[in-house]
Amino acid sequence: MSCAFRSADRPAPSPLAGIDETVAERLLGEALASGGEYADLYFEFRSAADFVMEEAQVRSVGRALTVGLGVRVLRGDATGYAYTEELSSARMSEVARTAGQIAAAGRRVAPVALTPLSCRDVYSVPESSLTRPGPDKVALLRRADAAARALDARIVRVEASLSEEWREILVFTSDGRLAQDRQPMLRLGVHAVAEEAGRRQGGRSGTALRRGLELFALPGHAPEGHGREAARIALDMLHAEEAPAGPMEVVLGPGESGILLHEAVGHGLEADFNRKKTSNYTDQIGKSVASPLCTVVDDATVAHARGSVNVDDEGNPGQRNLLIEKGILRGYLQDRISARHFHSEATGNGRRESFRCQPLPRMTNTLLLGGQDDPEDIVRSVRRGVYAKNFSGGQVNISNGDFVFSLTESYLIEDGKLTAPLRGVNLIGNGPEVLRQVTMVGHDFRLSEGTWTCGKEGQSVPVGVGTPTVKIARITVGGTRTP
Amino acid sequence: MSKLPDARRCQEWAEEMLSHALAAGADSAEVLVGDGSELEVKVRLGEPELVKDAGSRALGLRVLRDHRVAVAYTSDFAPAAMRQFARESVELCGLAEPDPLADLPDRHEMAREVPDLDLWDETAPSFDAAQALRLAKQGEQAALHFDRRVTNSEGGVASRVMGATAFASSAGFSGGYRGTRLSLVVAPVCDDADGKKRNGHYWTSSRFTSGLLDPEAVGLEAARRALAKLGSRKIATCQVPAVFAPEAARALLGQLAGVVSGGAVWRKSSYLAAREGTAVASSLVTVVDDPLRRRAPGSRPFDGEGLAARPNVVVSEGVLRSFLCDVYSARKLGRRSTGSAGRGVGGGPHVSTSNFILLPGKTEAADLERLPQGLYVTDLMGFGFNPVTGDWSQGANGFWIDNGSRAHPVSEITISINFDDLWKSIDGVGNDLDTRSSVQSPTLRVSRITVAGT
Repeated sequence: MSCAFRSADRPAPSPLAGIDETVAERLLGEALASGGEYADLYFEFRSAADFVMEEAQVRSVGRALTVGLGVRVLRGDATGYAYTEELSSARMSEVARTAGQIAAAGRRVAPVALTPLSCRDVYSVPESSLTRPGPDKVALLRRADAAARALDARIVRVEASLSEEWREILVFTSDGRLAQDRQPMLRLGVHAVAEEAGRRQGGRSGTALRRGLELFALPGHAPEGHGREAARIALDMLHAEEAPAGPMEVVLGPGESGILLHEAVGHGLEADFNRKKTSNYTDQIGKSVASPLCTVVDDATVAHARGSVNVDDEGNPGQRNLLIEKGILRGYLQDRISARHFHSEATGNGRRESFRCQPLPRMTNTLLLGGQDDPEDIVRSVRRGVYAKNFSGGQVNISNGDFVFSLTESYLIEDGKLTAPLRGVNLIGNGPEVLRQVTMVGHDFRLSEGTWTCGKEGQSVPVGVGTPTVKIARITVGGTRTP
Repeated sequence: MSKLPDARRCQEWAEEMLSHALAAGADSAEVLVGDGSELEVKVRLGEPELVKDAGSRALGLRVLRDHRVAVAYTSDFAPAAMRQFARESVELCGLAEPDPLADLPDRHEMAREVPDLDLWDETAPSFDAAQALRLAKQGEQAALHFDRRVTNSEGGVASRVMGATAFASSAGFSGGYRGTRLSLVVAPVCDDADGKKRNGHYWTSSRFTSGLLDPEAVGLEAARRALAKLGSRKIATCQVPAVFAPEAARALLGQLAGVVSGGAVWRKSSYLAAREGTAVASSLVTVVDDPLRRRAPGSRPFDGEGLAARPNVVVSEGVLRSFLCDVYSARKLGRRSTGSAGRGVGGGPHVSTSNFILLPGKTEAADLERLPQGLYVTDLMGFGFNPVTGDWSQGANGFWIDNGSRAHPVSEITISINFDDLWKSIDGVGNDLDTRSSVQSPTLRVSRITVAGT
C-alpha cells in the first residue's frame, strides 16, 4: 500500500488561526449589545479519522473535519445560545446578536479586555496520531485482529477499530478570559465472537486515552493484548451460567467498577441538579452520604486520562476536586451558572459536547481512592456473592438516586473463591444506600482505560472512572435464577 | 434567525460534490447533504432558562475506488474546499482494502421518484421563540398547579426542528425532501416522605404544529405520572406476569429492531441469525417497518442509498419473515436490499428502521392488567441486553398489580428473562398504539418474568 494520508503529509493549518483578540472583543461586544450580563465565545476545530477492520480486512476508512463557533449570552440564570459552522465575519456577528436576544432591554455591560490563561498540559503528545501515516494505524489493527484469532479456533469473528481525534478549542469570555487547549484522543477497540456447539458469546476490550500512537509502545498497551482479552472474555462466557436474582454481597473489581461511582454519586453531585434542588444530594454538604471508607474525587488532571481537561469548555483550568471525604459530602461539580448561584469558585467542570451545545456541569475522571484492605482478603470474606469485573454501562435517575449498571463479565463467589462465570446481568441500587453498604476498600486503586462516554441532556462527553477493589455488603443482583 | 432549509439547494450541492468526486478518480460515489435549523427553549419555574436558535449544514461523502471504501464529512461548502475534500476523500480509499461486495446499489434498484409524504408543516417556520416559550410555560404551569405535592420542576422544553435532506448517487438517483418536527416535554418533581424526590414526565411531538397535544394536557399528565410514584418501593424477588406500558414496550421493540438488522445477522451478532421463517414471538405479534406513512415521525421517501422506500413485514403473527437489509448486508446474506439503509452525514449507510411498528391488537389496555398479581412496567433503565445470546436484564420502574389493580408504585428492581422467551411469552397486545415516535408499540403483556428485588 503506497497511498499516504494526505492531511498527514501536510497537516492543515488550524482554521482557528485567524481568530484573535480583536475579532473576539468585537463579537463579545455584539453579543452583549442587547443587555446581557455575560457572554462567551467557543471556537472549536475537530479533526477525526477512523479505521474499521472486519474479517481481517480494512472495511472502511472515515474522516471528518468540523469547525464552528458557539456564542452564549447569560442574563441571570437564563442562557441565549446560537452557533454556526461558517466563520465569516458577517455570519459570526449574526450568531452573536441572536444569542444576545435572550437579554433584551437589560443594562448594557461592556466586555473586559482579554488576558490569556496559562495552564499545565497534562496530555502533551510527541505528535498527533492524525499526522502519522494511515498504514501505521492499519498495522496496529492487524496485530490486534491476528492476536484475537490466534488465541483459539473457536473465535469466529473479530472486529477491530481505531479512532483518533484532535480537538482545538478557543474560549473568550466577556469577563476577560482567553483560554485555549489542544485535546488529543486515541481509541482502540476489539470485539470478538466465540462459537462452540451452536452457542455464541461476545467479548470486548479496548483503551481510550489522550495520547498519540506512542501509546501502543508503552508496557501493557500492545494492541495484541486487547485482541487476546476480547477473545478470552468471549471464550470464558461460552460456559457462563445463569446469574442469581436478589440482594447479596458483591465485590467490585478494580478499575472498570468506577462506572458504579459515576452513576451512584457522580451525576447527583453535578451542581445544576443541586441548584435546582432536583438531586437527592441537594443541601447535603457537610453531611454523611457514604461509608467512612469512601473518599471520592473528580480529577481533571490525571495524565493522559480520557476524562482529563487542561481547561474546561468555559475557559476555567481543570483541577482535582474533593467530592466526598471519608463519607462526608464536601462539594459539587460546578459550571459558571451554578458557581455563581452557590457563591463558590468554578471547579473546571463546565463541559460541552461541541460548539453546538451550551456547557453543563459534567464529570471528568471520577475516582474512589484506595483503602487499606488486601483485595484477596476482600474476595475471601464473601461466602456467596458476585464478583463484578467488566461493565457495558449504567444509568441513574438523578432525583431519587436509583441506578442500574450492566455487567458483561462477572463471576460467582462461593466460599471466598471465584467459581463460575455468569451471564450478562444488572446490578440495581440507590446511590447513597449502596455507598453506605461499602464495608471493605482495597489498596489496589486502578484507573480504567476503557472508552467511557457520558450522556446528559443529549450531550456526550468522554469521561474516566477508577476504583480499587470494593466490597458492597448488600446490593440487588438482577439475574434469572431465583433462590 | 436561520434561513429556511432548501432541499433544492442541498441537491445542487450534493450533485456538485458528486461530480468533484468522480472527477477526482472515484469509480462511484454518493453524497448526502443535510441542512437544518433547531429552536429549543426551556422554561423552569416559570422563567426562561434557555433559548437556543441555530442553523447547521453538513455534507457526507462515500467514495469507492477499486472496491475500496472511504467515508468523509465536512461542513465547509466553499467551492475550492469542496474540490479539495473530494480529492482527499478519493485518496483515502487507498487505505481500505478491496471488498468485492462493497459497491453502490445496481442502477435498476434506485428510486425513480420522491413521493410527498406530507412531512413539512408550512406553519412551522412561524413557530418562533416567543411561541415556544409560551407553550413551555403553559405546560409547566399546568403541572405545578395540579397538586400541592408537586414542589419542583425540571422544566418545560419546547423545540422545533426544520431540515432538508438531499442525496445524489452515481448509481443514478438524485433527490431531496424537507421535514419539520415539533415537541413539548414537561417534567415536574414531587417530594416523597422518605426524602427522595420523584420525577415524572410527559411529552407530545408531531411533524405538524396542529398535531401537538394541548400544553395543559401534557403538564397535567406529567404531574399525574410524578404523583403516582410517591411511596415507591421495592418488591420481593419473584416470578410474575408483567405488563409493559407502550413507552416501555417501545424500548423492547427498539431492541428487537437491532437483532432483525441484516448487519447484526451477517456479523453473527444476533441470536435470530438462523431463525428466518420460524416463530420468534407469540402469534399475537406482527411487526412492520413502514417508511411511507404520511406525517409519521420516521417516514422517508427514499433510503440512505437512494432506493425507493417500501414497507416491510418483519414479523407476521410471530413468524420472522424478513431481516431488514441495506445493500451491503443483503449482498453478505445473498439477497436484495429491503430499502432499509439509514444514513447520516457523519457515516456510511447502515441498516436503520423507519417507522418500526408493532401492530395493535383488539384488547383494551386496561384489561391486560386484570391479573391476580403482576408487575406493570412504566420504564426501563440500563443497557442489560446481549444481542448475541438474548440475555436480557434491565432496571425497571412501575406498579405492583394486586387483584387486578395497581396497588403501589415500584422502583429499584430489575427484571430478567431471555429475550427470545420474552417475545414468545407475550399473551396480550393492547389496542393503544403510541404513535409519537418512530418506534411504536401498544401495551404488551408477558406471561412470566423474573423480578429481582428484596
